Amino acid sequence: MTSGTMERVTTREAAGATRTTVVPSAGAAAGAGAAGGAAPAANKMVVSDLNLYYKEFHALKDVSLTFPENQVTALIGPSGCGKSTLLKSLNRMNDLVEGCRVEGSIMLDGSDAYRDVEVNDLRRRVGMVFQQPNPFPMSVYDNVAFGPRTHGIKKRAELDEIVEQSLRDAAIWDELKDRLKKNALGLSGGQQQRLCIARALAVRPEVLLMDESTSALDPISTAKIEELVAELKKSYTVIMVTHNMLQALRVSDKTAFFLLGEMVEAGDTDTIFTTPSDPRTADYVAGRFG
Amino acid sequence: MMAPWDMTAAQLNAASRITGPEWAVREAEVARRRRMVSSLLRGLVYLGAAATAAVLAFLVGYILVNGVPYLTPSLFEWTYTSDNVSLMPALVSTLMMAALALVMAVPVGVGSAIYLVEYAPRGSRFVSIVRTTTETLQGIPSIIYGLFGMLFFVTALRWNLSLLSGACTLAIMVLPVVMRTTEEALIAVPDAYREGGFGLGAGRLRTVFRCVLPSAVPGILGGVILALGRCVGEVAALLFTAGTIAQIPDFAAGGAMAVFDSCRTLAVHMYVLASEGLHVNETYATAVVLLVVVVILNAAATFAAKKMRKGSGND
Repeated sequence: MTSGTMERVTTREAAGATRTTVVPSAGAAAGAGAAGGAAPAANKMVVSDLNLYYKEFHALKDVSLTFPENQVTALIGPSGCGKSTLLKSLNRMNDLVEGCRVEGSIMLDGSDAYRDVEVNDLRRRVGMVFQQPNPFPMSVYDNVAFGPRTHGIKKRAELDEIVEQSLRDAAIWDELKDRLKKNALGLSGGQQQRLCIARALAVRPEVLLMDESTSALDPISTAKIEELVAELKKSYTVIMVTHNMLQALRVSDKTAFFLLGEMVEAGDTDTIFTTPSDPRTADYVAGRFG
Repeated sequence: MMAPWDMTAAQLNAASRITGPEWAVREAEVARRRRMVSSLLRGLVYLGAAATAAVLAFLVGYILVNGVPYLTPSLFEWTYTSDNVSLMPALVSTLMMAALALVMAVPVGVGSAIYLVEYAPRGSRFVSIVRTTTETLQGIPSIIYGLFGMLFFVTALRWNLSLLSGACTLAIMVLPVVMRTTEEALIAVPDAYREGGFGLGAGRLRTVFRCVLPSAVPGILGGVILALGRCVGEVAALLFTAGTIAQIPDFAAGGAMAVFDSCRTLAVHMYVLASEGLHVNETYATAVVLLVVVVILNAAATFAAKKMRKGSGND
């Protein structure tokens, strides 16, 4: 399933990768295709033969996909194609859905996300930014400090430092540094979303999942977040679901196209948008349906 | 004339349009009728509001006029005699009774609501059975609770007519109220807060207590105020379970055993005075005090709600 996707990925890989974690064992099947490339792709997450059911509904069918480290991967496809479902299974948010069943494997740095990793630890390492900005109804400071406090950091000085650094990383420190004590619900939508990104960064995740995180925002806020993503991929692996194909083209290094629960094609973003191998992909990116 | 199916859209439009004075007349007629209906509706709404306010004002005014002149110092003496018909023991007993009942009912009610909304699988049969049961319990007349309390707490457990029997009965009576309002308050909290909590690696307990509950606190306190109102206003159930002795349960002398003392709350006190018919003026005075107590308790609960909401934003 995954061969074919991998060759394309490797071309961009050498420059971006800072760590050279080679995915062992279970990831080997998916990583096999990379062997032919120049530099081995460091795959942060590897999805193999994933089947996901909501009760009787088969939402994801035999999906295999790799997410290279320090790159932005975009998941595109029409509504209901399973891209958000895949995103949510990467940090096991689907566990909260009644009647959801997962088969196959998802590996994070070589350990099985569903078996070897404790779920709360997985969600710390694989952070998530949602479609609607969802700051908690508390102060800006408490929002960002929520994660670190959850994971046992109590010292004020340490928290202060994390809060400042996270807000800086989310490019919103200058706007909010004088409003740390203010309720986060008073911020604008774009500020709220960047605050949510800061909140996700505060637990020092390794992967950042973004579920259509700009779809509720105006174009200027969207542009700010896109810039931010380009910056964030230096330190994080970013996986984003987007309905906006131009956004995928602008921001992502790798793109995967989904249709009716199947992954039709994945590869280098430029390739997907210029010379896709599957006619359905060509139709979708050309705007002929979806 | 052309058949309609042969016409173009523009021709159809022209043919179906009513033109000239005929149209103007109809338009004016419709507008006039619309204005009439809307002013009629507005009148009804105002009337409803005015009637509600008037009934409340009349009630409060009537009690104040009849009661305030008889608010004498002797009514507030620590010991009740059949001469001074002091309401002080009843006032203190009311506070004790309500506090004891709520201390039992609120944690259990809030806890079970948290379980039903946050822990139990959504839409499970068990949840819907419990929900139907609590709704039914909410509609049962208080005298049934009184009868149960008498048979169980007073007789079977041999607690006699006592503060504890009464408080337990009241606790069971207001439990569904607390549970239902807490449930509603929790359901109203957007799932985005839960997702946010889980997404950061917080467990269910932390997510519920730090992300969900703070937004639900005002709703929960609304339920507590409702429950408090029912405790303070209850008579029937307490006649069967707490008795009518006008004394303050003596915790100073009896220690914790004082919970087995019989006592009467303000509402029961009023009922007894009114049914004796010997102290009508003092009954009104008692009603004034009961009214003031309820207003103070509600204000205190509202103040606490505000305080808590602020606290959750800044800790």
